[in-house]
Amino acid sequence: MSGRSSGGGTRLVPYLQVAPLALFTIAFVGIPIMTLLALSFWQTDGISIYREFTLENYRELFTSGLTYRLFYTTIKFALITLVATTIIGFTCSYFLVFHVRSLKWQIALLLVCTIPFWTSNVIRMISWIPFLGREGLFNRAIMSMGLTSEPLDFLLYSQFSVVLTYIHLYTLFMIVPIFNSMAKINPNIIEAARDAGASGWQILTTIIIPLSRTGIALGAIFVVTLVMGDFFVARVMSGGQAASVVSAMKNQIDNLFYPQAAAMAILLIVVVALLVSAILRVVDIRSELAK
Amino acid sequence: MAQGQKRGPGFYLLAAFFTLFVIFLYGPMLMIFILSFQGTTGGLTLPMRGVSVHWFGDLLTSTRYGDLGGGLTRSILLGLLALVLTTVISLFAGLAFRRRFVGAGPLFYLSIISLVVPGILLGLGISQMFQLLGLRLSWLTSGLVAHLTWTLPFGLLIMFAVLNRFDTSWEEAARDAGARAWATLRLVTIPILFPGLIAVALFGFTLSYDEMPRTLLTVGGKNTLPIEISNMTMTVTTPALYAIGTLTSALSFAVIAISFISIAVIQKRRERRAED
Repeated sequence: MSGRSSGGGTRLVPYLQVAPLALFTIAFVGIPIMTLLALSFWQTDGISIYREFTLENYRELFTSGLTYRLFYTTIKFALITLVATTIIGFTCSYFLVFHVRSLKWQIALLLVCTIPFWTSNVIRMISWIPFLGREGLFNRAIMSMGLTSEPLDFLLYSQFSVVLTYIHLYTLFMIVPIFNSMAKINPNIIEAARDAGASGWQILTTIIIPLSRTGIALGAIFVVTLVMGDFFVARVMSGGQAASVVSAMKNQIDNLFYPQAAAMAILLIVVVALLVSAILRVVDIRSELAK
Repeated sequence: MAQGQKRGPGFYLLAAFFTLFVIFLYGPMLMIFILSFQGTTGGLTLPMRGVSVHWFGDLLTSTRYGDLGGGLTRSILLGLLALVLTTVISLFAGLAFRRRFVGAGPLFYLSIISLVVPGILLGLGISQMFQLLGLRLSWLTSGLVAHLTWTLPFGLLIMFAVLNRFDTSWEEAARDAGARAWATLRLVTIPILFPGLIAVALFGFTLSYDEMPRTLLTVGGKNTLPIEISNMTMTVTTPALYAIGTLTSALSFAVIAISFISIAVIQKRRERRAED
């Protein structure tokens, strides 16, 4: 990029600069994933682990109906959350970029959206409990309005509260990248389309949505991987009813069935990788980011 | 862009939607802040039975809430270590990625994997690797590297964004004026990038301070604060749970405020210097 290099010595510079990151990432991301892969092919009797090759962990995994139910539930949660966060994230970003006129206000309102990201997820999750419970604010409100005589039970400790919490925690991951993409759209394009007689809806569907796709795809990758990797929200907010893939894996770990847990982990990594590459097939993020 | 045009009904609809979203975002949190000041006989939900700081005192004096003080100390120390390491490593890696080097593509993808692999799986991998190597798990070793697998890729992506807007002609001018590489870095590159580096540092600290999935299996015998708090959610049924929520959120807000104020002060000072 700099176009100038003074002598052969500087050719080494990027290698020296990137060495700490490279060594760290290989040692603590690459090798641990390889360790999981190896572990998933080893034998165990529930007490100790034997370093002998076996396919038993995977055979058990694929012949158990539970595996399919777990993946079904987890993927269902991920897709519902994805749709909801995309709609909310797109609408909020659209408002900020195209309706808020001063840059100062845009940045201030975007900060309002992102500050909760820097606070504890556990606290943000449990903050729904006093709102949604049988004695909670929402049930009190609708009962005092006479809309229902009995408190609604499905609000808390249900699949509903799990998905609601996901949306609450992860919409930020949609807003920021979509805002970024939208802010880069040249206003002249929209002006030109309007002059040529395009309706607001046409501008939205033929200009804004296509030009925001990098942001939507980036946000989608975050949301899908965060939901697929969650166990704590699924465990607490479902009241122990809904099990996610990772919460089942956590149970195996607690019972010291490490090779089985590793096989489940590898399967989850493969499923997540397939979902991410499906998103990348639609949008080539790397070449879009380089623009 | 819509300068001078009248605001249509679309604006008000979208503004209402945005307001609802902000209420959705902050409403529940506000509720637990209020409930943490619940009176001594009050419970986990409204109504408030008086107003007191009883539950904050209970949190500090009672032993039945686990090792909160120790958890807080460890989380802050880990956050500070992650802050320093993330800022330094991401800065140099970001600078390196401006040029071509062998392995840039695979390293970029491995960093993205580090970001998107479900955290608890990476934690499992790291803990198993440590055990196979015969190393003991501890918050300061395996815990710290687990946190860095989360903060480093974020730091790298922020550096990409920051360097994207960085004009390399400043560096070239310094070099032409005879500055050595180290002097260019210290006197030109780092001062220009400083607000971006504060952003990396802020992310490094807060992401580490709140990290849980990666920490869970790598922390060893002594827990960090988020794990202590998540254990509390399973066992504690008093407003003390909300009191810890209020305290830890207040700390997060303080860190955010300090970061933004320091960015603003630096920008101001620069503008003044530019005017001189």
